[in-house]
Amino acid sequence: MSASANKQSYDLPAAGLRKFWLDFSESPTAVIALFVFLIILFIAIFAPWVSPSNPYDLTSVDIMNSRLPPGSEDFSGNYYLLGTDGAGRDMLSAIFYGLRVSLGVGALSGLVALILGASVGLSAAYFGGRFETIMMRIVDIQLSFPSILMALIILAAFGKGVEKTIIALILVQWAYYARAARASALVEKNKEYVEAAKCLALGDKRIILSHIAPNCMAPLIVVGTLQTAHAISLEATLSFLGLGLPITEPSLGLLIGNGFEYMYSGDFWISIFPGIALLITIVSINLVGDQLRDMFNPRLQK
Amino acid sequence: MTAFILRRSLQSIVVLFIMSLIVFVGVNLVGDPVDMLINPEADQAEIDRVIRDLGLDRPVSEQYWYFVLNAFQGDLGRSFIFGEPALKLIVQRMPATMELALVSLLMAVVFGIPLGIYAGLKPNSKFSKTIMAGSILGFSMPTFWVGIILIMFFSVHLGWLPSTGRGDVATYFGVTSSAFTLDGLSHIFLPAFNLALFKLSSVIRLARAGTREVILQDYIKFARAKGLAESRVVRIHLLKNIMIPVITIIGLEFGSLIAFSTVTETVFAWPGMGKLIIDSIYNLDRPVVVAYLMIIVVIFVMLNLIVDILYSVLDPRVRIKGVS
Repeated sequence: MSASANKQSYDLPAAGLRKFWLDFSESPTAVIALFVFLIILFIAIFAPWVSPSNPYDLTSVDIMNSRLPPGSEDFSGNYYLLGTDGAGRDMLSAIFYGLRVSLGVGALSGLVALILGASVGLSAAYFGGRFETIMMRIVDIQLSFPSILMALIILAAFGKGVEKTIIALILVQWAYYARAARASALVEKNKEYVEAAKCLALGDKRIILSHIAPNCMAPLIVVGTLQTAHAISLEATLSFLGLGLPITEPSLGLLIGNGFEYMYSGDFWISIFPGIALLITIVSINLVGDQLRDMFNPRLQK
Repeated sequence: MTAFILRRSLQSIVVLFIMSLIVFVGVNLVGDPVDMLINPEADQAEIDRVIRDLGLDRPVSEQYWYFVLNAFQGDLGRSFIFGEPALKLIVQRMPATMELALVSLLMAVVFGIPLGIYAGLKPNSKFSKTIMAGSILGFSMPTFWVGIILIMFFSVHLGWLPSTGRGDVATYFGVTSSAFTLDGLSHIFLPAFNLALFKLSSVIRLARAGTREVILQDYIKFARAKGLAESRVVRIHLLKNIMIPVITIIGLEFGSLIAFSTVTETVFAWPGMGKLIIDSIYNLDRPVVVAYLMIIVVIFVMLNLIVDILYSVLDPRVRIKGVS
């Protein structure tokens, strides 16, 4: 069964998409934010092709070019729009590669957290009983601790590294998805189409996955957008503190951290520009998320 | 009521136990402190002696058992690096963190409430829109980066305010704080503002939402109809009513200020317990890491317990729902 019983009319391919876009473009800010985000996404995906140079290719990086201010040229005529860092890397290229790492880690952890959290939330709502009580207790307890503290506990336990940072971000985020999924599944499971599916003697797994889950997607997408922005920010913070990603995977947070030591000598660009890139990324995702939330909010629906 | 408090306390103890287990077992998996602490030129006998002294030769379960036993006696182990009791190290640094968190909380309230009320009273003015845009930015900007910008602008570029350390402290009535000296105040301003920024944004939003709701109530209309001055209506009738949700959130969020101070303390080299934990994680100083995490978990569990009990006193529905 398709989700056509659903009141939300965003699921028919062409007409739904048009309606979706009409609703979305009501806020010009959100449209600009989406546009900016798409550019960032493009840069992140195609970083090796759009960057002026490969900042991690040791043959092209010269320590003699270290800490050149923005807009300077080196002896061989290479132009550095945003200057170079302490090792002589082009900042612009380093930021492009950094975006790739930051967005990649944020998106991957968000996706796994979504799947994990939604499975827990949906099955808790569907099966109820002791399973629901215990799982939701865990969610409540976890959400009563701030994310940075949870991440610190996990990273203090596992140590730093790419997989470990991703695991930490997943463990920090899953509870938000679980709560959102359960809340909307509780409403959906009493609707007639679920009853109909039960009368057809379909299995629990099938009812949850192909009937309830698609109808709970809207709030999960909203949580997902805002959580991804949060995850990117948290990863940057952890990497800045030196607890997140290792030096071999230079995310934006790590770039900012590297620039921190040069700041007192007035070399502002090494920290500032990656920070601005991070800020633009987070703000654009947040603005898109805000608009999605308003669109899916039944109280604001016309 | 008693049953509720008992059950809720019992649950807190279970949470504490689980967290202590996770923290202790987890932290014991990190690297091998033996490599770090022992002089590489030491002979095997020397290495064995140090391992025995630190209790690292016993199984993890046994180490945990002694950890719990000792924790109840206020002994959370001895720092590998400083050679002092971990608890003492943390307690020494706690006032600096508390002071930072309290000053930021004060800043968030003192600036946030008037700005929020203004944005709520005149939602369409330019200034209100600027305030709200600023609060979105405040939510989005990573704390550590804002800290760097603040240092860059106010310390490096303008040279107005110091960027590291706590400055002079003075003691009055048994409380030692930077807030009592001019030098200390100049040191605390930037880090406290940095830490306050996130909370400032949420206080502004809460105060604005509260104002827009309260302003439509009959008692405000009546106060105006009585001919009271607008300033009195805002100060007495409006302010009192929007303070309830604001204070609730502030109470709940104090703990998160302490947790987030790890970031601010690292950026501003503030000698609090947040900086200590980050340094200790680097140095694999396990007893200090475990002790810090345990103390902060205790603080959180206590805060949550108190808030829950207060709620159940104020709103009986919470209690009844908890029973079912």
